Amino acid sequence: MNTAEPQGRRPRRLTAGRMGVYALLISAALFFLLPLWIMIVTSLKPMEEIRLGNILALPVAFTLEAWTKAWSSACTGLECNGISVGFWNSVRILIPSVVLSIAFGAVNGYALSFWRVKGANVLFGILLLGAFIPYQVFLYPLVRIFSMTGIYNSLPCIVIVHVIFGLPTMTLLFRNYYAGLPLELFKAARIDGGGFWTIFLRVMLPMSIPMLVVATILQVTGIWNDFIFGLTFAGRENLPMTVQLNNIVHSTQGERAYNVDMAATMLAALVPLVVYFVSGRWFVRGIAAGAVKG
Amino acid sequence: MSTVSISTPAVTAPNSHGRRLFRKRLPAAMALLPTALVVLVVYIGCMVWTVRLSFTSSTLLPKLDWVGMTQYTRLFANDRFVTSAENIVIFGILFIAGCLILGFLLAVFIDQNVRAEGIFRTVFLYPYAMSFVVTGVAWQWFLNPGLGLQKVVRDLGFESFTFDWIVSQDMAIYTIVIAGLWHGSGLTMAILLAGLRGVDEDLWKAAKVDGIPTWRVYTSIVLPLLRPMVVTATVLLATGVVKLYDLVVAMTMGGPGIATEVPAKFVMDHLFERNNIALGTAAATIMLICVVSILAPWVYARYVRPQGRHA
Repeated sequence: MNTAEPQGRRPRRLTAGRMGVYALLISAALFFLLPLWIMIVTSLKPMEEIRLGNILALPVAFTLEAWTKAWSSACTGLECNGISVGFWNSVRILIPSVVLSIAFGAVNGYALSFWRVKGANVLFGILLLGAFIPYQVFLYPLVRIFSMTGIYNSLPCIVIVHVIFGLPTMTLLFRNYYAGLPLELFKAARIDGGGFWTIFLRVMLPMSIPMLVVATILQVTGIWNDFIFGLTFAGRENLPMTVQLNNIVHSTQGERAYNVDMAATMLAALVPLVVYFVSGRWFVRGIAAGAVKG
Repeated sequence: MSTVSISTPAVTAPNSHGRRLFRKRLPAAMALLPTALVVLVVYIGCMVWTVRLSFTSSTLLPKLDWVGMTQYTRLFANDRFVTSAENIVIFGILFIAGCLILGFLLAVFIDQNVRAEGIFRTVFLYPYAMSFVVTGVAWQWFLNPGLGLQKVVRDLGFESFTFDWIVSQDMAIYTIVIAGLWHGSGLTMAILLAGLRGVDEDLWKAAKVDGIPTWRVYTSIVLPLLRPMVVTATVLLATGVVKLYDLVVAMTMGGPGIATEVPAKFVMDHLFERNNIALGTAAATIMLICVVSILAPWVYARYVRPQGRHA
């Protein structure tokens, strides 16, 4: 390794300093991985083994029983159909919410960056402020509005809520992206006689694939992990997985089945974790695009 | 909200004569209409409604009478609310400071041309992908004094080892901080690392020529350069602090006693379980005032003033 490093600001020899760097990084990594490890091994143990105490140890009598129980027969309050109910509810909430919130975000972003609509900047400013305001400020009146219109505690209700509260981030994301595109592109399309929707569908949307991916990652993890909206607006029939998980863990009568709890926890974490591991750098880019750029 | 005034330099397009232009822009205005309605009805309407309700004597159902500041007086005499407010300050300071310090250290260490950098980054950030409910439930299990980490250490022979913070009135809030750090510090790391990667290579060369120790370069030169990233991370973390709810519900349900109550939970409980709408909305209004007074100048300076694409 005598060749000069292209970005090399430091040598790669294994000095004491570098050992220290690795030691710190590895111990930090252990801290971050420990909970995942404990969750996995706990979920694979029978309760007799858990009662003995060593939560760090590998299971002696390896069993998937807790996973099947968590999926199909754990009790969430009075019903005992497992967290699978919540899983499918989350899927049914997720798909329309993600599609609609991205659609609105993209159209808004496009309208805001290329069309000078009167008052659009005020709209955008309030929307952005709205993104930071605690949800508790809106919840009660929203519940009343939905009750009045008769859709409170239903699937459309929770989807609408996700779209409403996804608007600020999605709009910001697409506005910034479109603002980075050359204005000449838009002007050329205008000269060719393209109208608002034609330009959006034929010129802008095909160029938005990277942002669509980022927005999807952001919304899928965000909506899947939501707890407060699901709890407040979804209704008994549509409770998402996070709420079901919380019910399983906190409603157990008698001795708590920690292995089932942990299996249910892993199941609830699975979708966002898969999204995270598959998307890799895109995930970071998504968070950064939603927050850092302005 | 009325303080957000917009200066409009050079936003009028060339050849803009009234009616023709209006017709051309109509579809754009129509496309923004649903969002405008949402802003008007939800973001402004619901907020005003909540604030109005906080001046009433509503309990189970909303009333539109006027009782002045009664609810606010009650609120600040309410132990649960005072504890909530104290807790959110403790959590907020420790969580934000902890995430920034931990995130900065991790970013700096990852930035040392280490091998397997991708693996480290992935490991530090994966908790952020998981929900607060998952985080809370998981941490509740490890911190369980009967079977969790305390038992492990005791079984190793340290019989008197005690780590029962989660069931202790005084210490439980700190377990929420620990779980929060586990969940959020990776994000800070990712944001600051992106900043570190943007630092000019020449700066490092110059510092090396001058013989400045690496840690000095980081603290005195690089850190000030990362200011925008630090601000962004802080704002992100701060909004997370205000929203703190799911983590507490999943981890301690506000207990033991009321030791880990937080304002968001106070509002939710009073609105939907304790049938005290007026007190709940009063607490929500206090949250609103705190957030707006912190964020309005920041949002104004960052997004509203340098407006348009040519800013």
